[in-house]
Amino acid sequence: MLWIVVAATSVLCLAIKLFGHYVPGRWLANARLQRINTLIPIALLSALVIAEGVVTKTNVVIDHRLAGLGVALAALFAKAPFPVVVLAAAVTSAVVYHLH
Amino acid sequence: MRVDKNYSMAPLPRNTVRDALSVAVTVGAYGVAFGAASVAAGFSVLQTCLFSLFTFTGASQFAAIGVVAAGGGAISAIVTATMLGTRNALYGIQMAPILEARGLRRIVASHITIDESTGVALSQKPRGVNAMRVGFWVTGLGVFVFWNAFTLLGALGAKALGNPASWGLDGAVPAVFLGLLWPRLENTFLRVVAATSMVCAMLVTPWLPAGLPIVATALVAVVMGWRER
Repeated sequence: MLWIVVAATSVLCLAIKLFGHYVPGRWLANARLQRINTLIPIALLSALVIAEGVVTKTNVVIDHRLAGLGVALAALFAKAPFPVVVLAAAVTSAVVYHLH
Repeated sequence: MRVDKNYSMAPLPRNTVRDALSVAVTVGAYGVAFGAASVAAGFSVLQTCLFSLFTFTGASQFAAIGVVAAGGGAISAIVTATMLGTRNALYGIQMAPILEARGLRRIVASHITIDESTGVALSQKPRGVNAMRVGFWVTGLGVFVFWNAFTLLGALGAKALGNPASWGLDGAVPAVFLGLLWPRLENTFLRVVAATSMVCAMLVTPWLPAGLPIVATALVAVVMGWRER
């Protein structure tokens, strides 16, 4: 199953990139399509924050990961650079994990 | 001397190269997080490296391994990663007329068309079209080199370190997604879309198999993007 994920994801993601460079721009000039396309990464990344941050299997679970996410949010508000945000979340999450 | 019709002989814009390389190193470095998270999700070191070489679009890669780590099926992982990759097509449409690349060069340009290469290229507009091209190529190829090198490092490191929770990896992955989301939330409407998606994902979590709640939130994008604001 993991090989299928690697292969299919790679082929499809490359196909999308090639599509963008080879089709005439007017094909995707539709305003509605463009609006939805802008929103799709926002919706999916939001869902991924939830799925990775507060979900275990099919349950909403509050644990050490939420502490890391809270610190990441604070770091983003403080305009910290991306690596700092991720590292701060990792350290916080690990510390809380070991305290329990 | 043959002068390439597409690539003028103007001197390399030094500031552009500096901008591009600093983005390449910073972004490439969090390939470490991808490599580690991918191995922790159950992928082999080889599979992890193939992801970075051939998928080469960070958010999609993190999404694919994230869905698998959350217990989701192959289809959910592939669909989520592919939908996240669709924005690269719009970047390609913007970049193609600027780059005017042909043949093999055009294929390579397609592969390195990601958030960062497009972002740096568009930010160089005031410096002219040559700077935009240099910005695109140096950023894209630079991220490619660093992203892949750091993916390997992260994958090997995760294999050596063991339990991902004890060194915070399971806390770092949601922070990566939050960090990727953050710069996109440019106005109130987009923040409402993000909040709605989070609430929807949480609400459907107990009712759908793992992985599907993520795919399902694409509906939020369709519904909220349907009408003009």
